Amino acid sequence: MDQSYIIPFVKSVQNVFETMLQLPVQIGQPEIKHPGDSGHDVSAIIGMSGDVEGSVVLSFPTATAVRVVSIFTGTELQADHEDFADAVGELVNMVSGGAKAQFTGKDVSISCPSVVVGQSHQVYGRKDVVAICIPCDSDCGEFNVEVSIRQGAGVPSNAG
Amino acid sequence: MKVMLVDDSKTMRNIQKGILTQLGYTDLEEACDGLDALSKVGAFQPELLLVDWNMPNMDGLTFVKKYREQGNKSPIIMVTTEAEKSRVVEAIKAGVNNYVVKPFTPDLLGERIKETLSRVAA
Repeated sequence: MDQSYIIPFVKSVQNVFETMLQLPVQIGQPEIKHPGDSGHDVSAIIGMSGDVEGSVVLSFPTATAVRVVSIFTGTELQADHEDFADAVGELVNMVSGGAKAQFTGKDVSISCPSVVVGQSHQVYGRKDVVAICIPCDSDCGEFNVEVSIRQGAGVPSNAG
Repeated sequence: MKVMLVDDSKTMRNIQKGILTQLGYTDLEEACDGLDALSKVGAFQPELLLVDWNMPNMDGLTFVKKYREQGNKSPIIMVTTEAEKSRVVEAIKAGVNNYVVKPFTPDLLGERIKETLSRVAA
């Protein structure tokens, strides 16, 4: 994967968490995700199409997600609450939107987010696109941003 | 003042509600997408609208165009992750009065609201 695709997500996740949650995020060494890597409890997934295509996953252990959502919403919400997924989905929406704005000169659209809640699940993207895991750490705990994107055909599927 | 919040994220609408309430705006209506908003503007008659861009069923840009086509002149602030200049220009051409990129601080949204209303009043 083009390394220039990773830096926008690093900047964006730090900006979103700092601005909306006043929560500084420390970034670890990005690495290629392999099948069978440890699973997640909460995953927010968004698709990209257009000049860049693929998917972005924001994944958390349950305890971290509950702490993050509590700060974001100002209310203590457990993972089975109906508004919990909405909050996590909005986070991946902002992280992806902030990253795509840094893809200078590229016309990219993002989908509405989906959220998976379930202990130790796996998220599989397209087999022909390498997934890069960006490890993140915060006072709420560790989480990951998984970026699996490549240069696209140039026709946004959801322009607007 | 009547303010309508159009966003598919309830979390985001709640955040905006909190900011607006602190600014003294308490007559609020919510819509979860452009279609829902179109069905509510007639009865609610908003004097200010905060509109997201990416939403299911009807996106914010389409809503803004349809709302303006109906002759409605209330100011609209687009509150969205769409940060590219081309998108901002597209939104302004469609009839948006001001623009806030997510993520935002409460202070920034408050400033844009005041700025928008003072421009309209001038």
